[in-house]
Amino acid sequence: MEQWLAHTLPFLSNNDIFTPDTLAQYWGGLVVTVQLVFLSLLMGIVLAVPLAVGRASRQAWISRSIWFYTYVFRGTPLLIQLYVIYYAFTYVPGVREAGFGAFIDNATYPALLSFTLNTAAYTTEIFYGAIRATPSGELEAARAYGMSTFTAYRRVVLPSAFRRALPAYGNEVIFMLHASAIASAVTLTDLTGAAYYVYSRFYSPFPAFIFVACVYMVLSFAIQGTFRLLEKRMLRHLKPA
Amino acid sequence: MMINLHGYGPRLLDGALLTAELAVLSLLLALVIGLLVATAKLTRSGPLRAMGTLYTTVIRGVPDLVMMMLMVYGGQILMNMAVDHVNALIGTNAFIEFNPFAAGVVTLGIIYGAYMSETFRGAFLAVDSGQIEAARAYGMSGWLTFRRVRFPLMMRHALPGLNNNWMVLLKSTALVSIIGLSDMVHVADQATKATHRPFLFMVPVGLGYLAMTAISELIVRYLKRTFDVGFDGRQA
Repeated sequence: MEQWLAHTLPFLSNNDIFTPDTLAQYWGGLVVTVQLVFLSLLMGIVLAVPLAVGRASRQAWISRSIWFYTYVFRGTPLLIQLYVIYYAFTYVPGVREAGFGAFIDNATYPALLSFTLNTAAYTTEIFYGAIRATPSGELEAARAYGMSTFTAYRRVVLPSAFRRALPAYGNEVIFMLHASAIASAVTLTDLTGAAYYVYSRFYSPFPAFIFVACVYMVLSFAIQGTFRLLEKRMLRHLKPA
Repeated sequence: MMINLHGYGPRLLDGALLTAELAVLSLLLALVIGLLVATAKLTRSGPLRAMGTLYTTVIRGVPDLVMMMLMVYGGQILMNMAVDHVNALIGTNAFIEFNPFAAGVVTLGIIYGAYMSETFRGAFLAVDSGQIEAARAYGMSGWLTFRRVRFPLMMRHALPGLNNNWMVLLKSTALVSIIGLSDMVHVADQATKATHRPFLFMVPVGLGYLAMTAISELIVRYLKRTFDVGFDGRQA
């Protein structure tokens, strides 16, 4: 132990990488990342629920146009979507006059918009799959009780679909956390941006990136654990006795 | 219809080629790593299994971009150090240029190797053990059993998962544009900054990804037919 300390202490006392200044950078990055991911996931769900219902609609034009949206957003890299939206606000003339000045001055807004549209596309497909997997008996029972389509969706189809969607949605949350790292490509100082700043200032990639990788890992495990708990609670009725 | 690409057309095509090369080479590496790690996870050896699990757990917890930055910026320093060390040791004055393309391939291969290994592991477990017993009863060696029985039977179960991973990998290649490789996203990014035309370059690049997906879907359909031989589709 003492030998180990003798080896490590010089690193800790003479380290000029993890100073209060850089730790503040990392903290700021963590706040940006968590905000971006949380807000885009929240807005993504709000969009995805009606879209998933529409995707399951028997009206071909509704279901086809929603399919087209999810196909494009799931088939192209998020980075492209981010660039298109970011540059569209920057370079298309008349954006500021139309009241979108904030979108030009602060890259958070284009980033939020592209992340939201992207996660909404994936979430729509997850929910749609869950809605389609509704046992037909549940629907028939709802009908037999005289429920309208709206009531049947609200009381029967959606609650059971959300439960079924839970494991896949947990993966999407982790995917979104990891995908948000590209926010650093449009001038935002998120966790990855902070790591890049520390790297470029001290030219020391290993502490900078390994530290941030550990932060991401802790966040991922926390999300995974939360969803495990949720699944345990909400899918209890599906557990083999 | 002709669109004016302001002279960026050939560079965009080069970028598309780089994207395709990067994606295919990383896929091959990921498949090899995935098979090896899946085998390690299925052995009875405790340390091998633990190493395999550690590898997949770490990779799944870290964003691709962070991994890539670590490998590219860190790899450069590590390689310089290693070369200096060798130079000092044998008194030469060699210099090896760090190749970011190779670093990109290795990084993507290592990341998606982890995902592939999970797919392969599940697929190996799904192979009917009676088939392997039959192969053994015919006197096939371990390798021959693998080549003739376990691998082809496993691939039928693995194909959908492999296809999924490949789609994610293909889109992940876009990240190399951030670390300075001239893939099609990088070219489009530079062209947009120079011409201030946000849709002119990004939309064709997006279509490029959709086209690559469509081509790979055809290949997957062919592979599915190959590995489904002997199963009439009614069996799960």
